[in-house]
Parts: sequence; structure tokens; C-alpha cells
Amino acid sequence: MKSRTIKVDYLARVEGEGALLVKIKGNTLADVKLKIFEPPRFFEAFLRGRRYSEAPDITARICGICPIAYQMSAVHAMEDAFDVQVQGPLRELRRLLYCGEWIESHTLHVYMLHAPDFLGFQDAIQLAREHPAVVQRGLKLKKSGNEIVTLLGGREIHPVNVRVGGFYRVPTRKELEPLLEQMKWARDAALETVRWSAQLPFPEFEQDYTFVSLRHPDEYPFNEGRLVSNRGLDISVHDYDDYFTEEQVAHSNALHSVLKPGTPYFVGPLARYSLNFDRLSPVAQEAARSAGLGSECRNPFKSIIVRSVEILQACDEAIRIIEGYQRPDRPDVPIQPGAARGYACTEAPRGTLYHRYRIDESGTIREAKIVPPTSQNQKTIEQDLRHFVAGHLDDSQDELRWRCEQAIRNYDPCISCATHFLKLDIERE
Amino acid sequence: MRERAMGPIRAPRLLAIGIGNIYRSDDAAGVIAARRLRQAGIDPSLVVEHSGEGASLMEVWKGADAVILIDAVSSGRPPGEVLRLEPINTPLPTQMFQSSSHAFSIPHAIEMARALGQLPARLIVFGIEGSNFHAGTELSREVSAAMPGLVQSVIKEINRLQFASGEGE
Repeated sequence: MKSRTIKVDYLARVEGEGALLVKIKGNTLADVKLKIFEPPRFFEAFLRGRRYSEAPDITARICGICPIAYQMSAVHAMEDAFDVQVQGPLRELRRLLYCGEWIESHTLHVYMLHAPDFLGFQDAIQLAREHPAVVQRGLKLKKSGNEIVTLLGGREIHPVNVRVGGFYRVPTRKELEPLLEQMKWARDAALETVRWSAQLPFPEFEQDYTFVSLRHPDEYPFNEGRLVSNRGLDISVHDYDDYFTEEQVAHSNALHSVLKPGTPYFVGPLARYSLNFDRLSPVAQEAARSAGLGSECRNPFKSIIVRSVEILQACDEAIRIIEGYQRPDRPDVPIQPGAARGYACTEAPRGTLYHRYRIDESGTIREAKIVPPTSQNQKTIEQDLRHFVAGHLDDSQDELRWRCEQAIRNYDPCISCATHFLKLDIERE
Repeated sequence: MRERAMGPIRAPRLLAIGIGNIYRSDDAAGVIAARRLRQAGIDPSLVVEHSGEGASLMEVWKGADAVILIDAVSSGRPPGEVLRLEPINTPLPTQMFQSSSHAFSIPHAIEMARALGQLPARLIVFGIEGSNFHAGTELSREVSAAMPGLVQSVIKEINRLQFASGEGE
């Protein structure tokens, strides 16, 4: 029996330390394992014994790319515990902050991490040499997201202005105004990004996924909604633990999430889009249609188009929020902590992010559970690779390795968040 | 030569950027060096602390004529050893710099800026060899001991660059 071994020691353009093992025996695929060996970081344990009010600042440190998502799930879970509703301009500002993070994070992935794969470039630097105007557009678009985060969050990375109940300080209308012109430019650039990404070459690879995301009665989901799937799931986030569970697997330091009893599922842009197409703004829907997307997208390689549509959605929403903004009288809603449990899911750029806390009567965190999107997608990534590699067994080693890397990058996995360099081994026996 | 903008706000022509994460032990060396530069009397407006995220780093040095980057490196040299590199004509070795692969690293930011024609006219990189990049807020003994020497080298460089940029005006 013919056997080959492919070893790749480092998978670039993915956050965190991990490895991929692909075993091929003869003409059959024997095994695929996404191995995450970055040591666990014990954030859930750090949170125990800390004040409820410290959760947004501690959890923001989990990720330099999506700190807002961690802060938002934390504040929503605390507010759920203490039965507090944050509405009006404060809620709008939270959505605006989330828009900033989506624009920043998605644009980084689309232009710097994912696009080079489709064009046969080794990295974004090669892309910049060949298409400088495209990369300039990407960098400027990303910057417009950063500026929202800097203005509302107090600084660019690991923002400090978010608190349970709202913010420490809210901007004046005058402070927000300069963002408006920039966001109008960004919306045009995002539309151009959708058109540009839609012209990339895509492999035919449609999969029958179980998509899971938040769904809100009238918004494209960021902060709240019910957890739904394309297979009939429709639950309150309070019931998350009844329907989802985390399993330990020997080859990964990140827990694998499954829908009970053991179904892999898929969170992130593709899931959100496919479950909430009707909640996109008219401009985003039209751009998606013009890009050749239906109301559902099951080709993970096309996630680059879907991310671009979500950037457009975020720019459009940001403009709406800035134009309608009235500064609230106070920057936060008062909190009365007490013994309680709180639950929240928000939509991080990479997908649904679940937080659960148990707080004692003094307002101290006694238990914390955090389920990041990458943990939830691990099994689906493995499954994709299994199906994808099976169709490319005759490819050369280099080509197969490159394709596997691309297939993983479809998910924009953040291994640092999930526990936590990705090494890739392809063994052929 | 670029014109200086009129009025109170203008991009500084010279910037010293200390890069690192203060919660990652020796990775903090660049940031600590930046703080020591200010304490040593260097004009605070010339000194920047930065996470090292490439895209925003390119933004930070926009408009500057001369940039000094200070960062911890991991190259297999003895801990505390200080390297001075001028990547104006040749790329930096990418393996040496601590980076998150998600955001792009300093060598990548430099190469991206080169590809886009956005490199400052003078770029000097001081790398200090670290030994411990794990979570923590203390520098290793070797990096700590080498810090005063690093700061003195950067001050000398700043003086040289200021003198050079003052020439011809």
C-alpha cells in the first residue's frame, strides 16, 4: 500500500498554538485531528473570588482581537443575573462598539489572513506588493473599526470603558460626529470589499452543516436573541447547558463543544448569515445578492464574502447609530448585586460566545464558565477537513497542505481564545 | 524633505516606540524601556508604548521621519543581549520577534510598509534578548540588568537622529 507523510510544523495566520494531523492510508483518509496544545489559561478560575464588576476587564484580556465580545458577554450575563435592562442610547452604544470590533476583526481576516490563500500569495505582504491599493483599502477600513473601539472603549486594545450596566463615560454627539464621515467612506469600502471578494476563485465544497447563532426579532444579532439552529433549535440562552455540552478529547487542550448528545455544529459568520439573512439591512442584502450569495451559504470558503457582507452590515448600522445618537443623562444603569446566576450569549466576530456566572450575596464571582466560538467549531473544522481531504487525496503534498491550511482559515480560528500556533502534520501510510 | 505643519499639532519627526505586553514577562522589555526613556527626560511626545499589532503600528509611525523600535526578541542569544538592526534595506528575521500570528508582527509590519511605500526614512530596531515570555509582570534578571544599557543606547540614538534631522534646517 502506498503511503506518504506530510508534515507541516507551523500553520500561519491562525491565532494561538496548535497542530493539525492528517493520516492517509493508501487511498483512504484514516484520521484528522485538530490538536490544540497551547496551555489552558485558566481564565474561568481567575474569575472566581473576584467582584462581579471586574469580569468585563478580566475577560477582555482573553483576546486582543475580540475583547469587546468578551466584555459584552460578561456584562450581559451580569445584568441577566441582577435583572437589569440596559436600553436606549446605552444599548445603541454597545452595538456601535460591537460594530467597531466586527469591522476591525473581519477586515483583518478578509484582507490580511484569508485573501492571500485565494490568490496564491504566501501572505498579505505579497498581496500588498501586487495589489497595493487593495491592501491600502483594507488597512483603512480596519482602522475605521479601530477608531470606534478607541473612542467608545477608551483605547484600541483591551478597552477599559465598558462596565456592567453601561459605560464609565459616554461620548457627546460632537465627539461621535467625526466618525460619521469616516463610516460613510467605510460603508463604500465595505461594499467594494464584497464585490472584490466575490470574484475570488472558490472550490465547490458545500456541506450539510448544523448552523447555530443568535436570532433577534428585528436585528442582525450582536448582543441578544434566542439561540437557534437550522435544525429546529430555538432556546433561551438560559437553557444553553441543557442543549450543549463540552467534551474533553485527548488530542486537544481546548474542550470540544457539541449539541447533545454529540452533534458537531457551526457558529460564526456563515451560521449567522444563513439564519439571519432577513435581518440584514437592505444594503447588505442587496450586496450579498449581487455577490451571488443566496439567503444561505454552505460553502465555508465563501465565508470571506459573508464576512465582507457583515462588515458592510456593521458599517451601515454604525452610521444609523451615530446619526440617531442622543447622549444619555448617565453613562450606566445602577446595579444592585446579590446572590444569582447569570447567562449570556453574544455574537463575537467568530461566532456565539457563551458566558455563565454564579455570584454570591456579596457580589463575588463563585463560578464562571466561558465557551468561545473556536471551541464550538473544532469538531466541524475536523469534519470539513475529513470531507475536503477525501476529495483531494491525489493532490501533491504541498498543495494538500496548503488547502488544509486554507480550510482551517475559513473558520478564522482563535486558538488563543479556545484555550490556545498551529502545526500541521499530514501522514500518509 | 517633508514640510512641518504649521500650528500646535504636528506629527513628531522622531519617534521611539517601545513594544510589548506588560503581562508577558520579558515581552514587556520594550514598554519598560519606553517608560525609562521618559523618566530619563526624553520628551514624552517622542515616546510611544505599543502592543506591536502591525496595522496600527504602521499608523503610529505615519509622518515620522525617523523611528526607533524597541522590542524583546527570542533568537537564541544570551538573555539580555541587545541587538541594533537597521531593516531599511534588508528584512528583519521574522522568527526572532514574538508575535501573535493573528495580528501581524513587527517584521511583517515593516515589510508591509515597505511594499506600500510607507517606511520612515530612518528605521532602527533595538532588540533585547528575552528568556521568559510566559504570563507574569516581572522581567527576568538578565533583561532587568541589561535595561539601563539599552536605555542609554536608545538615548544616544535619539540624540544622533535629532542632531542629524536638525542639520540642513
